[in-house]
Amino acid sequence: MGNDKAKASQEQLVYANLLGKGALTGLGLLVITFIVYITGVLPNVVPFDKIQSYWKLRVGEYIHQANSPTGWKWVGLLNNGDILNYIGIVVLAGMTLICYLRLIPIFVRKKDTTYLMIVIIEIAVLLLAASGILTAGGH
Amino acid sequence: MITKKRAFRFFFIALVFLTFIIVISSAFAAAEPSTTQEVVEKGSRMPWWVWPLGLFVFTFVLGIVAVLGGVGGGVLYVPIVSGFFPFHLDFVRATGLLVALSTALAAGPGLLKRNLASLRLAMPTALIASAASIGGALVGLALPTNVVQTLLGATIIMIVFIMLSAKKSDFPDVQKPDALSTALGITGIYHEESLGKDIEWHIHRTPLALLLFIIIGFMAGMFGLGAGWANVPVLNLLMGAPLKVSVASSVFLLSITDTTAAWVFINKGAVLPLMVVPSIVGVMLGSRIGVKILVRAKPKAIKWMVIGLLALSGVRALLKGLEIWE
Repeated sequence: MGNDKAKASQEQLVYANLLGKGALTGLGLLVITFIVYITGVLPNVVPFDKIQSYWKLRVGEYIHQANSPTGWKWVGLLNNGDILNYIGIVVLAGMTLICYLRLIPIFVRKKDTTYLMIVIIEIAVLLLAASGILTAGGH
Repeated sequence: MITKKRAFRFFFIALVFLTFIIVISSAFAAAEPSTTQEVVEKGSRMPWWVWPLGLFVFTFVLGIVAVLGGVGGGVLYVPIVSGFFPFHLDFVRATGLLVALSTALAAGPGLLKRNLASLRLAMPTALIASAASIGGALVGLALPTNVVQTLLGATIIMIVFIMLSAKKSDFPDVQKPDALSTALGITGIYHEESLGKDIEWHIHRTPLALLLFIIIGFMAGMFGLGAGWANVPVLNLLMGAPLKVSVASSVFLLSITDTTAAWVFINKGAVLPLMVVPSIVGVMLGSRIGVKILVRAKPKAIKWMVIGLLALSGVRALLKGLEIWE
């Protein structure tokens, strides 16, 4: 067995535990919402008989033809089966942001200013990407 | 007990099956309407559920093949699905990123807990790569499809050459850690089970590596490939991290880089649940089967077959981009 020095740091273990739970939740939600979607319990923004007419198109053309949401507009359409799947996808895509937020108090307590700065800048990068600001303007 | 011979036979069957799916999908995809007007007016000749089901079966086999061949699922997914399925490259890249992200999220926690993936090593490199991946995703969505497809083909062929030529070093010799890595405290100790002892590691050439991560992040975002093929050589051969630490940290790094690029595609509306969910579930189930076979046997010939498959899909992407093989 290895000694204590070979063990993961506190921040690494906290990050790993949170990431593990989040990944499992995201994947679970993905499967459940997909079952709701394909069973047709809820209406869809893009009907099944139309979707394969659109997936050969560029995304901008698809959004235009199918009237599918961009940015965070999907939140207002969660009563649709296809849009419901966004919940699991967003949980998976959002886990890194949540884990980084959790690291802040740990690095503050440890007075690790360098890594605290790295965490804050990475959060800013993730928020910028997730906000939709960069992709606004197009379809 | 699975012997090498049985594992090889299993892999060979999977590969033949994979080829069969690719050929069938390609034939049906070619028969679909192609222009925007035709697509919208005529729709498709196939029932809607055929493609998600085909994608699930394909990604399940891909998951097995990728694990046995020692490559990430994303690097095979994007060129094959964009080359042989009817989906537009925009949706394939978005799904490729989410597939790579999901596998990284599933593997990351275990690797971090075992101290094989290093948070201190991954965080500065991930910051550079994730910022660059936003630029890559935006450029990839703005460029004409045939240009991106051509560049994708060229990149895949380059990856094949990297895989053929790059050597790996289990424990690289780092004489003296550089000033930046020392300032960032990037060092670690992990327990090497094969030797039964703890291995202390340091890194060097950090500034050059960080520059390379700008390119790696950009390409990951642009093509939706994941970037393990580039992360591992840089972490292992250039920076001098032990091979296991490099591979594990690369997987963890992908969970950050691909997340950032994935958000760009999500906000652009390039996420189709009928593609994303069967692909993620298929790859993850296939990978689990692949790992079970891998722990018992790993025939070397598998690596060469996967490289061959990658080369074929790279050539296909290149020719499709150049409009030589539609």
